[in-house]
Amino acid sequence: MDLKDQALIDKINAGDFQAFEALVNRYESKVYRLAMRMLRHQQDAEDALQESFLQVYRGLKSFEGRSNFSTWLFRLATNVCLMKIRHRGTEPTGMVPLEDFLPQHEEGNQPSLQEWPEKPEEILLTKESREKMMEALDQLPADYRAVFVLRDIEGFSNAEAGEALGISVAAVKSRLHRARIALRGMLAEYFEKGKFGTPVLSEN
Amino acid sequence: MTEDRKNDSVVECHGMGCKDILDKLSEYIDGELDPKICQDLEHHMKDCNPCLLFINSLKKTITLYKYASAEPLPKEVHLRLHEYLKKECKGC
Repeated sequence: MDLKDQALIDKINAGDFQAFEALVNRYESKVYRLAMRMLRHQQDAEDALQESFLQVYRGLKSFEGRSNFSTWLFRLATNVCLMKIRHRGTEPTGMVPLEDFLPQHEEGNQPSLQEWPEKPEEILLTKESREKMMEALDQLPADYRAVFVLRDIEGFSNAEAGEALGISVAAVKSRLHRARIALRGMLAEYFEKGKFGTPVLSEN
Repeated sequence: MTEDRKNDSVVECHGMGCKDILDKLSEYIDGELDPKICQDLEHHMKDCNPCLLFINSLKKTITLYKYASAEPLPKEVHLRLHEYLKKECKGC
């Protein structure tokens, strides 16, 4: 039976641990994906996953339902990831100017840009392409990465992402725009020149 | 003439320069742009191939990350999570 989140939470608060496991089953993939994108390290992502759901269990009694459960969960999980990142102390701290990611006009001419490959799935069949994309994501400051992951990967609205991250909608939009431009810029040379190579189909 | 003004003058058309376009691209992609500005932007892109290519590649960037992030949770991570929670939540 597919109970709504709140019905599961009521059962959990009444002492039903199986209901908690059902709630974990519902969201564990999404939280793990968030953690992998934020932390780029399998063990750290697994630790963040475990820590997030433990905090959920401990905090459920004080969850007042003023926001969606999923927004609350992602706020909590994002904070767990950001804490881990801050402890590492090796993350980029500031965003480089947007201009650095834009095509340059030279000698009064228009910049020369080329079409990217038509089919994204062809690009993604190569391990190298995925690696390039994840490396680029890694170059973003964590606050920008979090916005991009919640909005463009997890499909949150601006308002939900703002609530999850404790920032205004205007800040979400501004960070998202800068993150997208930066990622495009970092990947442009690779995809425009077709360096992503030939798709490999042999593994599966 | 500053470098910026020189750049703007190269590709300005329909009242919007490339830099104006750039600022609006995310709102355009997300369908959050005022219809009038949207129209001006589309007008500009008809005549400005670099801007058209730029927005296409920006859209593809978003699509690529969506595709690339669809991997499933490894079974062993799922099992360890449930074991961990069973153990840790007992004392809560």
